[in-house]
Amino acid sequence: MSASTIESSARPLAPARATPTWSRWANDHRKWLFAAPAMAFVAVLIVFPVAWTVWLSLTDAEGSVRAEHSFIGLGNYLTVLTDTTRFWPAVLRTLEFTGGVLVVEVVLGMAIALLLWRPFRCEKWVRVAILLPLVATPVAVGMMWRLIFDPNIGLANTVLGWFGIGPQPWLAGEQSALPTTMLIDIWQWTPMVVLILLAGLTSLSDEPLEAALIDGAGAWQRFRHIILPLMMPTVIVAILLRGIDALKTFDILYATKGKGGGSFHEVETLNVYAYGLSFDYNEYGISSTVLIIFFLIIVGSMWVLTSRKKEAA
Amino acid sequence: MLRRQFVIGTSLAVAAALGLSACGGGEDQEAGSKTLRVTLANHVWTDNIKKALPEFENQTGLKVELTQLGEDQLSDQYNVKLNAGSGDIDVMMYRPLQEGKLFAKNGYLADLTAKTKSNADWAWSDFQAGPVAATTYKDKVVGVPIITEQEVLYYRKDLLQKAGITAPPKTLDELKAAAAKVSAANPGVAGFVARTGKTAAVTQFSSFLYSFGGDFVDANGKATVNSPAAKQAYAFYGGLIKDLGPKNVSTDMGWPEAMAIFTQGKAAFYTEADSLYKNATDPAKSKVADSVGFAPFPAGPAGSKAYNVPSWALGVNAASENQDNAWKFIEWATSKTQTLANQKAGVPGARTSVWADPAGTSTYPKDLADAIAASTPTGVGHDRPLVVKVAAAREIVGQPIVDAITGKDAAASADAANTAFQTFLDSEK
Repeated sequence: MSASTIESSARPLAPARATPTWSRWANDHRKWLFAAPAMAFVAVLIVFPVAWTVWLSLTDAEGSVRAEHSFIGLGNYLTVLTDTTRFWPAVLRTLEFTGGVLVVEVVLGMAIALLLWRPFRCEKWVRVAILLPLVATPVAVGMMWRLIFDPNIGLANTVLGWFGIGPQPWLAGEQSALPTTMLIDIWQWTPMVVLILLAGLTSLSDEPLEAALIDGAGAWQRFRHIILPLMMPTVIVAILLRGIDALKTFDILYATKGKGGGSFHEVETLNVYAYGLSFDYNEYGISSTVLIIFFLIIVGSMWVLTSRKKEAA
Repeated sequence: MLRRQFVIGTSLAVAAALGLSACGGGEDQEAGSKTLRVTLANHVWTDNIKKALPEFENQTGLKVELTQLGEDQLSDQYNVKLNAGSGDIDVMMYRPLQEGKLFAKNGYLADLTAKTKSNADWAWSDFQAGPVAATTYKDKVVGVPIITEQEVLYYRKDLLQKAGITAPPKTLDELKAAAAKVSAANPGVAGFVARTGKTAAVTQFSSFLYSFGGDFVDANGKATVNSPAAKQAYAFYGGLIKDLGPKNVSTDMGWPEAMAIFTQGKAAFYTEADSLYKNATDPAKSKVADSVGFAPFPAGPAGSKAYNVPSWALGVNAASENQDNAWKFIEWATSKTQTLANQKAGVPGARTSVWADPAGTSTYPKDLADAIAASTPTGVGHDRPLVVKVAAAREIVGQPIVDAITGKDAAASADAANTAFQTFLDSEK
């Protein structure tokens, strides 16, 4: 054994003295070594929290997560899945919100993207203006719309008044609150759909369109039979990204309606409900159960969409 | 090949060294640290204490690291940090009636019993009995009350005068009549405004409930939110807002929203905590600053019974390693001098001596000081159900309020709430 080996085994990480043995080992396993930091990161920040949440969902943890809690199997799942006062209405609201905003955002986004597709004057300015809502922070957006939609002093009712339309309750109404928050979401996120679809449109090749033009296809026919089929993979990407985001919406809902989604839970989606369960009620077991079910819903819908994307491609 | 092995070895060693050095950063956070981490809520009290902080730092040589948050953010912060057993909060401002029982039960709050008895000059006995009861859990003192609150009637002197009303209403019936008269005389101005959010309204509704002769729970611990008195109170409070409140009223209003309507000149009467009075009388915050009057809470069939509660207290995080210094801060911030200074700046304190001292109320509007003095003897020591999971309980007993405001069957709603509340109470036993 040489002197350098003894020294470096005392300080195995000193680079200049790394032994051939260590280096060889490192070299043989380098795919693991280089991936290790990322894997540790994923384990600590994703796998552990999810595993911990799964565990909590199987216990009766409440009050404090450090307090004693016992394993109760699938009891929480039974409680949650049979809860028709808060859980199922929240599921329905989540789906209504997501479905509603997705349809409008994709249709509107496609229309705007088609308008912006071909070069025109002041193109840059229009594009910047359209993207502005996207860069605003959601809580600030929530506060701003809350003021606009205030039933007594808000701008929205003042404007309606100019056209002789009576004041609307907007966010304050039990029935109108959810559609109003959907309106805010559409305002804020349609630009992102535009951005994605515009990228797709710009990469389309001109030949099929020119061929169709020569064959005498009208604008609608060109859109329906050429642009749309070619754009399908991009549209699905937009739906996928926006859909997951919309399912998880929290900031706009909380900023406009506060705890529990309002006094009648008007805008209480699964995310808002789970937040209330853990931060207001300190029901960590039930809350984790709701989150796990929510997680499965998101993974499920993602899976359906990605398989559709493969078909489309 | 060799060269590549060397590069791999070197980069790994550098990564390891960086990782190790990153772990070594927390040395100045050890036991008895000179840095004290204090978490306070956004409140006039906090603003005043902040101004006086250099005095404390000079006296003790400690450095105060202050975190200031809104009520809800503060709760969330505590839920996350205290749940994790984190020691990076030393002094914490908390709401004894909202979170006190939960925190004490979870063992988040350090036992201060011995410390409160250690200094005769500081005088623990000077603190009012009601607030002290609220910061005591199972015979252990877990907090020092700093702010007390009573519900009073805010009103607009000018509007009343214009409507020919000479004195503020003394009873709830008079309040209703006066509100109707004023709003009829002033189109666009609501007769009455108050909190409407399901949980936010519970505390301000409580004085109505007591004045009608009801309470949330009876002496035997049974839910009583569907008693005849409670049903009357729900119908009265909700009806007042539905019939004489702002048009298209939202059912999400907490005090900031309700106060805004009042200070924008859009309402004649407003029932609210006295500790918020500066928002109405400060010309920078209120359009009606010079015409605001105050009166004791109007009497119902059972008399005028406003709540009189400790809204905030200071506690020490049980996981803190700096508890002795944390106590030094509490002792200073709750001293007679600081309490008096704060009370002069508009924050009602919990010490008997500052109320006995004429200087203690010298800066208050005279009618407000009179109103507080008049309703203290009949005050009720809680403004929400005294349970562990207060947030959940407030949602249950608050439901009939919003149902009454939106014109639903409040009596049926009270019956449903009572059943749910009883189940809730049973689950806490």
